Amino acid sequence: MSYIDDQREVEGTVLFDHRMAKKGYGLNKMCFSFNGQVGRDEFSQDEAAYCDKFGLSEVQKKAILDKDILTLLKEGGSIYYLAKFAGLLKLNMQDIGALQTGMSVDEFKAMLVKNGQGK
Amino acid sequence: MANIIGAVTTSHIPAIANAMANKLEETPYWKPFFDGYPPVREWLNEKKPDVIVLFYNDHGLEFFIDKKPTFSIGVADEYHNADEGWGIATIPPVTGESELSWHIANSLVHDGFDMTICQEMKVDHGLTVPLSLMWPGNDYGHVKVIPVCINCEQHPMPQPRRCLELGKAIGRAIESFDSDMKVAVFGTGGLSHQLDGERAGIINREFDLECMDNLVSDPEALTKFSNLDLIEIGGAQAVELNMWIAMRGVLRGKVTELHRNYHAPISNTGSGVLLLDHEMPD
Repeated sequence: MSYIDDQREVEGTVLFDHRMAKKGYGLNKMCFSFNGQVGRDEFSQDEAAYCDKFGLSEVQKKAILDKDILTLLKEGGSIYYLAKFAGLLKLNMQDIGALQTGMSVDEFKAMLVKNGQGK
Repeated sequence: MANIIGAVTTSHIPAIANAMANKLEETPYWKPFFDGYPPVREWLNEKKPDVIVLFYNDHGLEFFIDKKPTFSIGVADEYHNADEGWGIATIPPVTGESELSWHIANSLVHDGFDMTICQEMKVDHGLTVPLSLMWPGNDYGHVKVIPVCINCEQHPMPQPRRCLELGKAIGRAIESFDSDMKVAVFGTGGLSHQLDGERAGIINREFDLECMDNLVSDPEALTKFSNLDLIEIGGAQAVELNMWIAMRGVLRGKVTELHRNYHAPISNTGSGVLLLDHEMPD
């Protein structure tokens, strides 16, 4: 079935589709700039000003300042670019998983182990 | 006719590079993962492929969503890694194989796969982690690599059926290359995982193992899934299975499984290794 015909939603998942790619363009472009040390440094000096430079909406800017990953996803952030933001914050994927699921990092890691064992 | 001697599948998680850099291979967390690799390394050292066709996905190093190719191929003599934003050390340049790359590109476009053809291409962990894993100490400079990049980031992504067909078309292209060089194929990424959303942390061990079985004996069975099916069953990034499926398409002759390992979790992911021998089709 084509993407146009198949409009199903997957619970707990924001598909990074055309809607999100458009909505999150500036946000992702900012995070893409974190590939470079210059971008990371400029962001760290004045986070809000750096968000403005890339034309983030007020909701996106607040979510960046609050490190609110779930809102960033809903506002068009792609996890691949948000991962660069997370790296800048020195967070790994288990930290990010915990933030998104409301678990502690240890609880999230325990869930991974359980899932990995097929339980 | 160039000789396609076999294939390898492997994870390409960035944490693997960190584990190698910090010499954690023998720790309890990492040992069951790294124990899957010596048989693959031995095979590579014995068979000595001249060229690796490596399927991977870019994670926002070379490509941004300003222009996002569905399928792209590198045709350069050399590729470079670069800062991805989170502290993985960059690794030495990767050697390319320009002549065969261009042959494949020419053949693919003629065959209906309208590739983005790249003379410069920064390669990220999707390509580099597998090379570091196969040749510890980053001793891979002697092997020529042809990067084939599949969009796994932004929907619409190519479907599993299309990725298998891409692989077959690359197989035909290699078969028609007038050379006695030995080619191995790498399918990287996967298997089940989801990094984003409230559903982060999903791993589907049973499905991963079923996929590995089908990759060996019945790859067509995997084409019944759409990308959305893969996301429901295995998590949002389970679409990286498409690189494994494309790899399998290249092997149009007789395939024999030589080795496998599966371990989960590594980071947030179900991590599989397959080593396949290939006899060229008649």
